[in-house]
Order: sequence, then structure tokens, then C-alpha cells
Amino acid sequence: MIALRNVSKTFGGRVALDDVSLRVESGTTHVLLGSTGSGKSTILKLILGLLRPDSGAVDVEPGAHMGYVVQEGALYPHLTAARNAALPARAAGWSSEAQRARLEELAALVGLESPLLSLYPHELSTGQRQRASLLRALILDPPVLLLDEPLGALDPIGRAELQRHLVRVIEELKKTVIVVTHDVREAFVFGSTITLMSRGRVVQQGTFADLARRPAHPFVAEFLRAQTPPPEMTRDL
Amino acid sequence: MAMAGGALLTLIACATARAQAPTVRVGSKSFTESYILAEIVAQLIDETGEARAERRLGLGGTGIVYGALASGDIDVYPEYTGTIGRTILKDASITSVEALRERLKPRGLTLGTPLGFDNTYALAVWREAASRLGLRTISDLRRHPELTAAFDPGFLEREDGWLGLRRHYGLRLADVRVMEHALTYPALASGGVDVIDVFSTDGQLARLDLALLADDRRFFPDYAAVLLARQSMAERFPRTWAALEGRLAGRIDTPTMAQLNALADLERRSFADAAATFLGQAGSATTRGPGHELAKLTGEHLSLVVVSLTVAVLVGLPLGILAARRPRFAQLELIGVGLLQTIPALALLAFMIPLFGIGRVPALVALCLYALLPIVRNTLAGLSSLDPRLVEMTTVLGVTGWRRLAWIELPMASVTIMAGIKTSAVLTVGTATLAAFIGGGGYGTLIVTGLALNDVRTILMGAIPSALMALAIHGGFEALDRLVVPRALRPRPTPTD
Repeated sequence: MIALRNVSKTFGGRVALDDVSLRVESGTTHVLLGSTGSGKSTILKLILGLLRPDSGAVDVEPGAHMGYVVQEGALYPHLTAARNAALPARAAGWSSEAQRARLEELAALVGLESPLLSLYPHELSTGQRQRASLLRALILDPPVLLLDEPLGALDPIGRAELQRHLVRVIEELKKTVIVVTHDVREAFVFGSTITLMSRGRVVQQGTFADLARRPAHPFVAEFLRAQTPPPEMTRDL
Repeated sequence: MAMAGGALLTLIACATARAQAPTVRVGSKSFTESYILAEIVAQLIDETGEARAERRLGLGGTGIVYGALASGDIDVYPEYTGTIGRTILKDASITSVEALRERLKPRGLTLGTPLGFDNTYALAVWREAASRLGLRTISDLRRHPELTAAFDPGFLEREDGWLGLRRHYGLRLADVRVMEHALTYPALASGGVDVIDVFSTDGQLARLDLALLADDRRFFPDYAAVLLARQSMAERFPRTWAALEGRLAGRIDTPTMAQLNALADLERRSFADAAATFLGQAGSATTRGPGHELAKLTGEHLSLVVVSLTVAVLVGLPLGILAARRPRFAQLELIGVGLLQTIPALALLAFMIPLFGIGRVPALVALCLYALLPIVRNTLAGLSSLDPRLVEMTTVLGVTGWRRLAWIELPMASVTIMAGIKTSAVLTVGTATLAAFIGGGGYGTLIVTGLALNDVRTILMGAIPSALMALAIHGGFEALDRLVVPRALRPRPTPTD
């Protein structure tokens, strides 16, 4: 279980989070939805311990390992995909055989063909990089997976494909997952629970149906509508 | 830091592990006359057989060679009474040899009997012009304000040079030009000027038909040549000291010295050969041929560069890393290594003498300090310009401490760090030529000798290999880049979509 209790955080006078409370049950998937600058990524960094809250508390299982995937992947340019993905295992002292075996096992799951593992990031496509990054997040089999705009940099086709893989990973591995996105459709696909944020505050929490049918604030309806294609456009698909 | 300290200790240990055979170390300044006199002294020491002479020649100027004598790095070198009074004791009123000897005693130093010639400033004109214009003395110049002169910058600006001389004699000349000493003779020869400043023992004087104007109002101080030695040397090797006194005191007059200088400067004979000529030995009659020395000098030069650069990397890399970790310390550190860089290289070398004496060790320490800035600065720049998201990710991945540095940060910064080391290496090859001024060896030895002889060929024999070595080292580093810089970080053509 991961929880934020009345957390506030400012960066040099700019308010990033204002009295945010949040609860993510173990084994569930939670979507943080909102536009750029709404404070979603800051929540992940607080959970990871990369930032400390100015006030309030962040409860995570102490010492729990967490997998973290960001937009663009954040792979190290000087290491092959395999070396990148194996970094946490190498730091944990695994033998190279154990690292290799684990990589082979996971590569299929995230949809990355094995030969690609020996390539450097600049030799991979955006989608392949993102898969290598996901591989790295999963290698130590962490109970918690934090995904920050994991599909953000992808073209529509790559996006749909990786989205399918992600959903499969989430369903098969039964992890506690938090996905940060600004895309309403992604929120719909991933999220059992959605927290809609705006300017560092929580606007509404609930299922997609809750948000769509009973918006707590005019902003909720406006946000959802802004990204929904008009019915006449999708009618013939 | 521990590694760096260890490396420095090794350097110092090398310094103390000197040969234990009884030797007398003979020094000289870096001009022809000083080289020849030191050679004469060295050959006499070897001939006497009480001790073996060790030559530490071409040690820059008075500050460096006197510093070496005072710190016990050399035992004896030729000096001039005027310089001892004015420059070393800083009291121009002491002129007699006895008084100088008395004042040097508390410093553990002693003076030999004057060798018999003065190397002082003098004014020279063509002998033909002298007789035509009736010029015998400097006072006579007052009657010819239409004459023009060319003076060495050192002479022109000194109180004991033209400035004082003009006042002392009430002189006025139509035109006074400033010119490098080596160029004043050609200027006089071409008729461009009428009067030049010379040293009374210039080799050129023995060859050209020049007249020296007598210093009739005794303006120029005495620059009588003497041997300046450590008292302990004279006591420890009494036979040697007696031989030096017996064979040299009052035995070298001004024309003789000018002849010896001419042998080296004009006939391109080696200093050793010129010295042997004076001592009445056959000598090897060798002309100067530094070619056979080139291999030895290359070895010395390369080892100066490699050792100092290695230590600079071992010290600079940790300093750069430390600066990247502690931004407040970074400022202090950059100012520190930056200040080192602002000290002229020759001055830095001179500062090393009281600490490390002369020779290889102070040269290595100075070169090492000089090489630090590019390494520290580039290490800091490389580490602090890394993508903060990539650095932050290391924490999440559990890659921390030395692993973060070795696996992630240093490899990613390697292009910048290697560029800094490369800059240092190329700079060091050039700066190492100055090591010769404090007896550090290397290609600079040829450059210093060539400068003393005003012999461009000898200068180039040192300067060209040094430039080639810089190029070779640059090439070597390009190759090393392939080993050190991860493949994916090397510059590559940017793919176009």
C-alpha cells in the first residue's frame, strides 16, 4: 500500500503540490491524470524518495524496491540495451549468467526481440528504447511499478502496440502500478482508479465511469471532453 | 586523494635516492661563457681525481643557479662580483672580493680568487670610426650628439645600464633604438647605428674590428669573474679546491675569455672542447653535434611528460570529482588551480628550487601543477553537465557510491575528461622544454644551449622534436579515446530522418 497524506511541495515559491492525499492499494493500478505541470510527476518522485515533502507524509513500504519508467526511457547512452536493463541486477551483485537469464525471460514479455538487446540506445527506435527501459524496471521483480508518461514519446502505432504489452505486463505480474499520463484514453485503458489533478491539487478521484458520469467539478467534464473525439469521427471505425 | 599523495611521495623519494659516490656538482647559467667556465671547472675536478664532477649546466639565470647553490643542489658555479653584490646580497656598495667573501661566509659559501677578466657592459664602435671621430672614451661621445645607438633591452632599462650611464656622463645621442643583443652586431655592421652595447668578453669582439670605449669616469661596476662555491665543498675536497685556485686564479684574461667564447659562438665547437683548449689539452676537437644526444633527450623529455601527466591525472581527477560533489569547494579549487596557471612557467620552476632543489623532481612537480587546471576543470565540467534525469535515475536503480561514478558518471563524462587530459598533455610537452632551466633535462637543454649560442640550428634541434612529440602525443590520445570513451559516445554522423 502506498499513501500520501496532506502532502505539499513547492519549488522556489512555485507550488507543485497543495495538500494532496492519495491511497493506492497493493496489486491495483492507479492513474494520475492531468495536464503538464499539474504535479503528477512530483508525486512519483516523492514516492521514490527522490524528493521530500515540505509538509505531510508519504507512506511506502520501507526499503521496497520500485521499478520506474519515464518518458524517453532515460537509458544510458554508453551502455547496450542489455547492460542498461541489467544495471539494477548488476548493482545487486547478480552473476552475469543470472542477469542474462532474467533478461531473456523478460524480453519476450515486454515484446523486445533478443538480438536488439546488444544494441545501443541510439540504434533503437523510441518504442524499443521504452521496452528496454521497462525491462530495466522489471528486472528485480519489484512489487511496485511507477510509469511516468511511458507512451509519451511514441507515434500512434507504436503507442498502441506498447500499450498492449504494458496492459499484459500489469495483468500478468499483479503489481502495484501508478501510471502518470495526460491522455484520457490511456487513463481509461490502464486505470481501475483515476486521480484527476490540476495545478497541484486533486480535483477528483474515482473510476473512469465516476469521473465521466458524476464530475465533481466543471473542470473534470471539460478535461474529459477536450480529449474525446466527436462521435461522428469514430462512428464509422 | 590517497593515490595522489602516494604519487607525490614517490616523486620525492626519487629525489633523495641520489648516487652516493663522492661528486662535486658544477652548475652554470645559460650563456656561453658560463657554460665554458663550468666545463673548465668540471674538467679540472675530474683531472684532480679527488671527486667526480657532475655537470648541472644551463640553469637559467642568477636566481635559479644561486638558489641551487644555496639549497646545496650544486657545489660551485662561475659568477661575477657585481652580480653577487647587487643581485645576491642586494648591496651594491660591497665591491671588494674580501668583503663579498666575508658577507657570504654566514651563508656557508665562499669565493675563489678572481679568474682574471671582467665581463662588464661596454660601448663599442668601429675601430675606423673611432679613429676618424677621435673616440677613445665614453666621455668623448659627448662631442658627437649626431651618433645613433642600438642597445639590448636589458641594458637600455637598467639603472646600471643606459639610464645611469647617460646621467653619469651627461650623454645625448641622436637616436637610441632597442634591439635584441644578437641583432646589435649586424646593425652596427650594416652601418645602421654607430654605437652598441657589448659584453667585454663577447666572442664577436675577438673577430670584428671594434673598439671598446674606455669607462673613464668609472660608471660600470666590476663584474670580475669568480668561482662561487659551498664552503663545505672546499673543505671536503681540499686538493680539488687548491687545483681550481692554482690553475684558474688570475689565469683567464679578457681577450682569452673572448677567444674561448668565439670558439663556441662562432666556430661551433662544443663547450667541453673550448674548455679543453684552455686547459691545454688536445681536446677531441669535436664540433657541436647534438644529434647523438637526441635519443637521450627524447627519453628524458618523454619521461618528464609521462610522469608529470600521470601524477596530474591521479591528482586532478579526484579533485575534479570532489569539486563536482561539493559545489562550494569547486569555486575554491578552480581559483586555486587557476592561480597556479597564471604563474609564468619559468617563475613556477624557480619557486620549486627552495622546496625540491634543481633537476628532474622540481621540474616534475612544477609540470604536474601546471597540468592540473585543464584536467580538474574538464572533469568538473564533464560531471556537472550530465543529464540530471539520468543521474537521478541511478538512485532508483540502486546504482550508488563508487558504482555510480565508475559505471555511469565517468564513462558519460569521458569525452570531456579526455579532452582535458589531451590539452594538458600537449601543453606539458611544450612547457617541459623549460625544465632545462632548472636542470630537468629534455629537449629544452638544446633550446637553452641554442639560445646561449644564438644558434638557431641548435634551438630547432630541440624545438622541432618537441613539436613532433606534441603531435605524436595528440595522436596517441586520439587512439586512447577509442579505448576509454565508450563506443556509443564517440562522435558519429548524425542520422537524418
